[in-house]
Amino acid sequence: MGRGRPRATRVLLYAILAFFAAFYLMPVYVLVNNGLKSFREVSLSRMWAPPQQVTLEGFGKALRELAPNLRNSVVLVVPAALVSAALGSVNGYVLAKWKFAGADVVFPLLLFGMFIPYQSVLIPLVQFLQWLGGLLSVRLYGSITGLVLVHVVYGIPITTLIFRNYYATVPTEIVEAARIDGAGLVGVYRNVILPLSMPAFVVVMIWQVTQIWNEFLFAVIVTSNPAQQPVQVALRNLAGSQIVEWNVQMAGALLAALPPLLVYIFLGRYFLRGLMAGALKG
Amino acid sequence: MRIRRDRALSALILLPSVVAVGVFVYGFIGWTAYVAMSNWNSFVPDLSFAGLRNFADLFQTPRFQIDLRNTLVFTLTFLAGCLGIGLLLAVLLDRQIRGEALFRNAFLFPMSISFIVGGTVWQWLLNPSTGVNLLLDAAGLGALRSPWYTEPRIAIYAVVIAALWQMSGFTMALYLAGLRGISDELREAARVDGASDLQLYRHVIIPLLHPITLSAAIVLGHVSLKIFDLVFAMTGSGPAFSTDVPGIFMFETTFRGNRFAEGATISIIMLVMVAVVIIPYLIYSSRTEAEA
Amino acid sequence: MAERRRLAQTALALLLAVAVLGIVPGTGLQAGAAKKLEIFSWWTAGGEADGLKAMFEVYKKRFPGVEIINATVAGGAGTDAKAVLKTRMLGGNPPDSFQVHGGAELVDTWVKTGFMEPLTALYKSEGWLKSFPKDLVDIVSHQGEQYSVPVNVHRGNVLWFNKKIFDENKLKAPATWDEFFKVAETLKGKGITPLSLGDKNKWEAAHLFEDILAAALGAEGYRGLWTGKTSWEGDGVKRALDTFARILNYVNRDHAAFVWDQAAQMLIDRKAAMNVMGDWAAGYFTAKGWKPNVDYGFAPAPGTAGLFVVVTDTFGLPKKAPNREQALAWLKVAGSKEGQEAFNPLKGSICGRTDCDPKKFDVYLQSSAVDFTKNALLPSEVHGSAAPEGFATLFNDILNLFVTNKDVKMAQRALQKACVDNKMCK
Repeated sequence: MGRGRPRATRVLLYAILAFFAAFYLMPVYVLVNNGLKSFREVSLSRMWAPPQQVTLEGFGKALRELAPNLRNSVVLVVPAALVSAALGSVNGYVLAKWKFAGADVVFPLLLFGMFIPYQSVLIPLVQFLQWLGGLLSVRLYGSITGLVLVHVVYGIPITTLIFRNYYATVPTEIVEAARIDGAGLVGVYRNVILPLSMPAFVVVMIWQVTQIWNEFLFAVIVTSNPAQQPVQVALRNLAGSQIVEWNVQMAGALLAALPPLLVYIFLGRYFLRGLMAGALKG
Repeated sequence: MRIRRDRALSALILLPSVVAVGVFVYGFIGWTAYVAMSNWNSFVPDLSFAGLRNFADLFQTPRFQIDLRNTLVFTLTFLAGCLGIGLLLAVLLDRQIRGEALFRNAFLFPMSISFIVGGTVWQWLLNPSTGVNLLLDAAGLGALRSPWYTEPRIAIYAVVIAALWQMSGFTMALYLAGLRGISDELREAARVDGASDLQLYRHVIIPLLHPITLSAAIVLGHVSLKIFDLVFAMTGSGPAFSTDVPGIFMFETTFRGNRFAEGATISIIMLVMVAVVIIPYLIYSSRTEAEA
Repeated sequence: MAERRRLAQTALALLLAVAVLGIVPGTGLQAGAAKKLEIFSWWTAGGEADGLKAMFEVYKKRFPGVEIINATVAGGAGTDAKAVLKTRMLGGNPPDSFQVHGGAELVDTWVKTGFMEPLTALYKSEGWLKSFPKDLVDIVSHQGEQYSVPVNVHRGNVLWFNKKIFDENKLKAPATWDEFFKVAETLKGKGITPLSLGDKNKWEAAHLFEDILAAALGAEGYRGLWTGKTSWEGDGVKRALDTFARILNYVNRDHAAFVWDQAAQMLIDRKAAMNVMGDWAAGYFTAKGWKPNVDYGFAPAPGTAGLFVVVTDTFGLPKKAPNREQALAWLKVAGSKEGQEAFNPLKGSICGRTDCDPKKFDVYLQSSAVDFTKNALLPSEVHGSAAPEGFATLFNDILNLFVTNKDVKMAQRALQKACVDNKMCK
């Protein structure tokens, strides 16, 4: 590499990458910089100027207010992402490797669910959750349990898509061989497919964790009690109906983004590996 | 015997998902379609049949015509931008870059930020009297100053910038994974044949990335056609509805204006638009499936 | 291979265990039978949240042993909150009491549709017909019955100005829009933006226009707009739109990039000299360390001296409130002198009652309280009191277009059509 290549190209290459990195990170500067200001100092026209006096008042207040909701979000995201990933995995397996009559219809129908505009289902959703909750005598509407259910269901299309595409890359011969050895549907899944699934699980989990963590509309509608609300709702509630404390808002935005951010930083490599292994390949 | 049992089992495995999606997607779509054809335009539910009147009214509403155009412009530029930037960054990152992980994380970073926060920050950044414009001044690029989203003619592109910031890193990751999956032998072979870098990409590598482009387009397309939070937080409807999208119109009509049937009508039209885009893909994908 | 499989299985088992654990805490149905009270509002932060908490304290003192669920949802002037509330009400899951603007938003959305219980008996037993001004009681009444309790009053038609800029240029607060144009020319000559506007959320432009309408039509004419007596296609509205179009030549060009408080901030930053906004702006100035009559001055919006555009938050009693008894107790607190004196100084508004102690309020609010008892009270359209929500949404939309295209005829036609569509006029 690089031997016959002019140095200038290399420099240009890094310049372009640096430019884009600056573009992607610019908002972080704004969030940090203004999060460290006092409410009196924070102002749109001085957004680039560093704080005259650095204060942790914004971060402190945001953390105090958001802490219980951060916990709620964890309680929401972990089961919702896991269950939807598990469902996606078995669905994807069946759809990719056990084609039965009608599978060609079922898959597109499931997939179409991805495209439903969520605002339009709010009213029937609440009514249905109340009805179902009453039927099972579990509190669904107004609780995190209900919100988990909602995210699991609306997660099915994308998780199924990713797993099915991933499993499609698993050579059919391996499956056939296992079947000849006498493994049935469950056996093949357990002995052949599941051990190969880690890359796809990583991709699906990262996708679902960030999506569910950052989702607002369902969260605000389904959980009405502030004690149950996930962090995105609480973040919005940091702003009053009239006065917005921008310093607290920016600090809170950073805090709320931290968990998914850590997921990306630490699992980013595996995310890429998972994609390479064929998850989300058309 | 065994095969028959497995077949039954496979259907059984799919059953919960099918039922759940059946209710939460198709059941609710059915409900929405029913409301769209009713007279429910005040707070009291009135489900008497109104036929297609709401649809006819809606298509005559200037705001809705603007929304349809905005959706089209937004989706096209957003898709093209995401795929273009994503491919560019992936190709650059694929050339033995020092600090690759650092760059990659920087590019992926916006994915971890919610649309609402992203929208709010970009509202600040693209504010004409501060934000990016001040940076341009400082860099001596004052000529590039722009009124951004306050100028109705270009406002929608300001929103596209924010959306690109949020999602193009994802396309980068997809393409990078694709590039890594292309074997070195293939590249070498092309080089031996005397292909230049440009030719290598044009004739060998990019065609190999087609399946990825397609999945990326689907994922981005579903984000773009239902885009709501980002625009809602960043510009709202914008001056003269220049950044209005059907999602916002639907939300305001239903939950502010109490015109439930009209709101449902907007939803149904959104769904139809999505269906027009997505069904060809679904047909295509099940067809390639059949060939495989 | 076998090892990896075991690893995968253990991992899966572990994950599922976490999942189950995660679900369990959410499933607890109502724990214990303690008395509860759920209050729904959009007062999530700042002075309004503090005020609400102060009112809760009064409640807890009077009615100990009740657990208060403070169900707040943010969103500019309640947009998100209203969506949540409406979904809950339609889903048959009302809170015990909720915040609602008095007037059309209360009557048209909730009362006429049969969602509310009348509070006439409570008004009688608490003697509230005498404690609140008649105009205010009318705003929360329908067919002779009262339906909600006004806890506060904001004034919508106030002109705010940077006092230093005005003093330096020897200017006086304009009393009419004609005077405004003269002042504005002077300021423009000095390179100062005369009026700041931030209409990103649409309602802010409509808010300014509502004050212009009141100035152009006077109390009678303005009230007639909502009953069909004053035509939207008449000369009065045309004059108001012409004035509005002219005013727009004196506002900051990038108004679409700002929300109302950022527009108010322009006064602090000396980027603009004047701003027309409701008196929650005073709360913003105070929070920013700005003092009335020192840093900023205030006056009725041009042409509206003697008029008081009322923005009022009220609480009502939905039918099927799960804890009706506690809700009634809450309403008693909300309407009491003690409750209102606890709430309003923190919220930065005046009491709905006329007997609050002025000493608890700052200079601005004291002057507003005096005007409140003397002026003609007009319902605000933008803030929910004058017209049904269907009309209010269209009103915002029409003005959002008007700000860009300044087409008076088109706006008038659209306003008239919206009036007819919402059955306010024929």
